[in-house]
Amino acid sequence: MLTRLNVTSIYVLDKDEALDFYVNKLGLEKGSDFKQGDYRWLTVRVPGQPDVEIGLEQPGPPLHDEATAEQIRELISKGALSGLVFHTDDARALYETLQERGVSDFTQEPIDHFYGTDMGLRDPFGNAIRILERKTAAATATA
Amino acid sequence: MSREVEDFNRRLLRARDAMDRAYAEPLDVRTIAAVAHVSEAHFIRSFKAAFGETPHRYLQRRRVERSMFLLRETDRSITDICFDVGFMSLGTFSRTFREIIGETPTSYRDGHGPMVAPNCVQMWAMRPRVPDGTTARAIGPAQSSSFGEANAAAAP
Repeated sequence: MLTRLNVTSIYVLDKDEALDFYVNKLGLEKGSDFKQGDYRWLTVRVPGQPDVEIGLEQPGPPLHDEATAEQIRELISKGALSGLVFHTDDARALYETLQERGVSDFTQEPIDHFYGTDMGLRDPFGNAIRILERKTAAATATA
Repeated sequence: MSREVEDFNRRLLRARDAMDRAYAEPLDVRTIAAVAHVSEAHFIRSFKAAFGETPHRYLQRRRVERSMFLLRETDRSITDICFDVGFMSLGTFSRTFREIIGETPTSYRDGHGPMVAPNCVQMWAMRPRVPDGTTARAIGPAQSSSFGEANAAAAP
């Protein structure tokens, strides 16, 4: 049987720019970063969650011919590809921190729901990121 | 091509996000076009080319989706909901709702209860579909919201 999710990937337009955003702005840490020939295996991960990596993949060779890569790039920039969902322990504090770090592409400011507080933003390329502060069982019981 | 097209798409997406964020406010196409740093006419044309419908129609579907949420989840009056989601008149709201959903807000409310999916999932999952081949043409010139400027360019 399967036991854990280990790696998931998102497409980005530029690996260096993505690394800067996901580490220096969003607050993830760099996971793997090594080259094999022209290919750079680059991942980021949530601090404290070392066994789940997010691969940052750039469309193009050797995986894609140029026409295919161009189509994927267009879809990224239209926000049409899949995104990432993270948990946080304090959505509003994180919202402030992200703004201080220069993040401005919020799709949704923190909003309270019955299940917690969530917010949304986009990475520099158009990928959607959602961040949820889950309401704890204790908080739900007293609500 | 490439980076130039992607940068332009990204600006259009930023403008679309601005509509998603501020749907409840009185928006005009000039303000939204300014988010993308383009002229109104160019914005309407390029938005439709990128996303398949005019900005006006996109905003209407966004507002209708939010009204569907409030109809399902709250017992607020239809008039309150209409203004809550950014429509300027009950007549426009009811007509637009019926045109997009195929039934009136009242009958929609009667037929649907609360959902349990997270709000962010509902937001995209419940967005009214664009019928095949009818994208922006369904908007008549009389369908006014504060985004009426988009109508001229929406005509086939």
